[in-house]
This record gives sequence, C-alpha cells and structure tokens, in this order.
Amino acid sequence: MTASGPPPGTDGSPPRMGFFTDTSVCIGCKACEVACKEWNAIPEDGLLLTGMSYDNTGHLGADTWRHVAFVEQRRTPGADPGGVDVFRAAAHLGAAGGPAPADAQTAPAELRWLMSSDVCKHCTHAACLDVCPTGSLFRTEFGTVVVQEDICNGCGYCVPACPYGVIDQRRGDGRAWKCTLCYDRLGAGAEPACAKACPTDSIQFGALDDLRERAAVRVAQLHADGVTDARLYGESPQDGVGGAGAFFLLLDEPEVYGLPPDPVVTTRDLPAMWRCAAAAAATLAAGAAAAFLGRRR
Amino acid sequence: MTAREGRRGGGERPVVPRAGFTSYYGRPVLNAPTWEARDIAGYLFLGGLAGSSSLLAAGAHRTGRPRLGRAAKAGACGGAALSLAALVHDLGRPARFLHMLRVLKPTSPMNLGSWLLAGYAPLAAGAALSDLSGRYRRAGAAATAGAAALGPAVTTYTAVLLSDTAVPSWHAAYRQLPFAFAGSGATAAAGLGLLAAPVREAGPARRLALFGAALETAATSLLERRTGLAAEPYRTGRARPLMRAARALTAGGALLAAGPGRRSRGAAAVAGAALLTGSAALRFGVFHAGVASAEDPRYTVVPQRERLRARAHER
Ligand code: SF4
Ligand code: SF4
Repeated sequence: MTASGPPPGTDGSPPRMGFFTDTSVCIGCKACEVACKEWNAIPEDGLLLTGMSYDNTGHLGADTWRHVAFVEQRRTPGADPGGVDVFRAAAHLGAAGGPAPADAQTAPAELRWLMSSDVCKHCTHAACLDVCPTGSLFRTEFGTVVVQEDICNGCGYCVPACPYGVIDQRRGDGRAWKCTLCYDRLGAGAEPACAKACPTDSIQFGALDDLRERAAVRVAQLHADGVTDARLYGESPQDGVGGAGAFFLLLDEPEVYGLPPDPVVTTRDLPAMWRCAAAAAATLAAGAAAAFLGRRR
Repeated sequence: MTAREGRRGGGERPVVPRAGFTSYYGRPVLNAPTWEARDIAGYLFLGGLAGSSSLLAAGAHRTGRPRLGRAAKAGACGGAALSLAALVHDLGRPARFLHMLRVLKPTSPMNLGSWLLAGYAPLAAGAALSDLSGRYRRAGAAATAGAAALGPAVTTYTAVLLSDTAVPSWHAAYRQLPFAFAGSGATAAAGLGLLAAPVREAGPARRLALFGAALETAATSLLERRTGLAAEPYRTGRARPLMRAARALTAGGALLAAGPGRRSRGAAAVAGAALLTGSAALRFGVFHAGVASAEDPRYTVVPQRERLRARAHER
C-alpha cells in the first residue's frame, strides 16, 4: 500500500533519474560531502572526531545528506579467495601483466579499506513519503523523493519510517531534511552536486535504466577479475522497497557499511495492521457492551 | 579492524561478527524517533483513556448511571484535549498543526488519526459540556453516542501509528499492539470510573477493568512470545520496569476492583489509581522499547539476515 503513483517515465515525464554509487572506485576524498553541503547550504553537522577511521561524519541525517563510510579490514592475502589484494595488484601494475607472485600465503595480514558514499535511496516504495501526514514529502517528475519545507510541520513521522535511517529532524528548525537529489539542479538540466564533484566517477548520475545496465556490466567485469565480493545493493525492483533510485556496488555485506541487509517498506504491512486494529477495536466495543449487560450494579 | 568501545560495558562492539551479526562501528542503522516520551507516550495514553471513556460514558448514559457517565464524559473530553495538546506540542512547527488536514492520506496513520481526532474531539467535548451544563440534552445524547462510535478507533489506531515504522519492536508487534492498547485503554477508562463514581454505579467499570486487564495481559504475553528478537527490548533497559509495573498495576488494580472494590469506595479508588498508572506505564514501556530497538543495530540487522537466510534456503 503505497502512494507512489504510476512509474515515472510512462506518461511523457522525464525518465526516472538516480545514482549508481560504485564503491570499488571510491577513494574516500569526501568531495561529494563537501559539494552537497555547499550547494544545498546545509548547516554544520558537528565537528567531532569519532575514532571511526577517516569517518568523522558519522551517519546520514538532517544536516548530512552524503556520508562517506570508511571500513578498515585486516585480512591475510590469499587466505580469502574472495578478497583482492589491491596493494599487491598495484605493485604489479607496471609489470606488463606479469603473473602475481605465488608467495601470497606468507605475506603478512594487510589492510583493506572499504569506502562508500551513502545517500538517500529515493525508494520506489518510500516509507517516508507514505507516512507523511501533510503531503510535504512528494514524488517528483524525476521519480525522486523530496521534502517541501514550506509544508513540513515537523511531526517527525518520516524519521522512524525510513528503513535506512536517512531522513531526520533538524534541531532548532524542527522540520525534516534529506537529500533532494539536487531537485533544483535537475530542473535546470544539471547533474547533482555530489556526482559532479566525484573525481573517480564512483557516484554516477543518470537515468535509472541506464545505470542498472552499467552496474550489471561493472559487476560482471569485477567478478571476471576475481573480485567475487562485488555485489549490487538496492538495484533490484524485486526488493523490499521496490528497488532504490540510488543503488550501490559494494565489496562486502551491506551491514558492514551500516546498511540494512533486507530493508522492507513498512507500509507493505499497513493493510494487515489496519485489520488487526479493527479487530481490536471491535473486541473493545464488545467488551464494553458486555460490561453493561446482565447485573444491575 | 576498528571496533569502537561499546556504549554499554565497554568491550568490542560489532564490526566483529557477534553471532553472525555485523554493523558499522556499532552504529544504529535507523534514525530513532525524535519524539519526546512525555508527549507521544502521553498522547497514546490519553487517547486510549479518552476513546474508551466514551464507551463507558455511552453505556452509563443509557443505563442511568449519572455519576459514572459524567466522569467518563469528562475524562473523554479532557483526554482528547490533552492528547491533542501533546501532539501539537511535539511538532517541530506547532503553528503548522493544521497542515495535517490539508490532505486525506490513507497511507499515513498519523493523517487518518488527525482526521479521526478532528471528528472525535468535538463530539467528546459536546457530550461533556451538555452533561455538565445540563442543557441541549438531545444533542448531548447524540454526541455521547457519536463519541462512543469513534471511541474504539481512537483507542486502537495509535498502535498502527507506532507499527507503521521501521522501528523493529513496534513493527514486529503490529498484530498484538492494537489489542494491548485496547485493553490498556479499557483499564484506564475503568480506572477513572472507579475513582470518580460511587460503588453503586461502578459495576460496569469493574467489569471493564477485568476485561481490559485480561486483554492487555494476553496481548503483551503473546507479543513477548511471538515477536522473536524484537521482544527483547520490552524485557530490558528502560522498558523493563515500565512493562513490569504495567502488568502488576493492571492485574492488581483489576482484582482489587472486582473484590474489595465492590463494597469499599476507598478500595475502588485505589484500584482506579492503579489501573490508570498501569495504563500509562504500558504506553511508556512500549515507547521506550521501540526507541531502544531502533538505537541498537542488532535488532535491525539480525532479523533481516535471518529472513535472507530463510529465503535462500527456500530456493
Ligand atoms: S531512503 Fe528513506 S528517506 Fe530516502 S526515500 Fe527511502 S524511505 Fe525516504
Ligand atoms: S516531519 Fe515533515 S516531512 Fe516528515 S512526515 Fe512530518 S510533515 Fe512529513
């Protein structure tokens, strides 16, 4: 049960736009975070040292619409057939495709750094949009999900509804804020600020259909290169949110990056919830009626 | 690997798998509700008190129990007014409260609830004002009946409000929470009736207390057995003492009402106070259990992982 309406692109509107974030080429420069803050004039979100590798941003929220996650993993090269030893591979880049040394087993444990720029998923079935009581959250002509700040009354319902922990209430302001996929820039035919700023094309912006094709090619290429850890996250229209408008290529399980492994839009169960509430209401009415039956006092 | 010091008791926090469970530095996956416990749990309690009181009021009205009827009508009116005040107070932009009514949106329980309250509150107020002033009796009777018709929905819709979120302990409990809230609303209304009405008129309140206590206890027991890992936050942390107090006060209050409360006004009043407190404790307990489940990534990740594993198994 969702308020999503007809799929974008079927009625003469522009095609559904989105992000494909290929974390395998992310270098953790945070240009996306900075560009997002600059363009959208987002307030400062705290100057904290978290101790979480190079991540001092922490989590998506009202004042953080892009968040680069840093995961440090120590693994023994060769011990895990799924891993790729980037340092060793890099060392042999100039060697005209020479074979990798066979002494992988004896190498010391090495650090693998996973970096990923997280963002609102612009869900096909968006819980935040479904539960918003004012209609402040709406679906744009690009198939994205945006808050109208002049409508939002700060009820905060969208915050716990989002299965990814994206949207949040801004302190002092009271309203809910999140990534708009640079709605203003899209309207002017420009790409979102983060994608524009990304120096490695880890963040790719485009029509969702094209991005899905590109992602399938990329993941197949990585698998062929032996990076069997590579997987797509959020690209399938069959998943619990009907597919994300912003999806990812990850190198480990989603929860390693702080993403839910199997998110489901809460409103999928809403008809069942109403049925239970109706049954409970009928039970209550019957109980109250029974309390007045029979005895005089 | 850089597992950060845990928030509780130090030691390694996730990133290191714990029973197949991984997270990003132990950080929550979800953004927890920004709601104030006093406002929103209070809103749940007052809404339940109001809605169920309207049932009691209509019954008392029809069976000629003026003191019970007056107390229940006043409780319904006061509960509705205060719950609306709590809701508005919790908004980030209270002046924009009426934006709730700029659309009719079936996918949003908060929207439907606002419409429901917009219809219910004037009826509850009309019933109480007519009774207290003794004027417009026919309109008052119609308002009493109308409020009673909406009362059960006012009592239980708040369960859907909580469950229709990604909060693990609220969403997983969507089958049991409406029944728990129905029982809890009934005990609150019964409690108010026992406090305010003479023993001679309070028979229905005593029976409603027993019914509500049985329903609430059954629903919360089912909740704790059927919701798997999502039941844990109801038994731990801030929710634990609240849920236990709710159970003890509700059961104790109902038994006290049904026993000594049939003769002694004092016992009935103590029972009534216990029932009201127990009902409030349940709402605060449920509220805190949900918040705790959103703040710990385990409750988000582990059930989803299990779901994926089960699905892979089926294939
Ligand atoms: S990720 Fe969350 S905030 Fe973004 S569209 Fe989906 S539900 Fe809404
Ligand atoms: S906080 Fe604003 S955007 Fe979020 S659900 Fe409430 S009105 Fe809608």
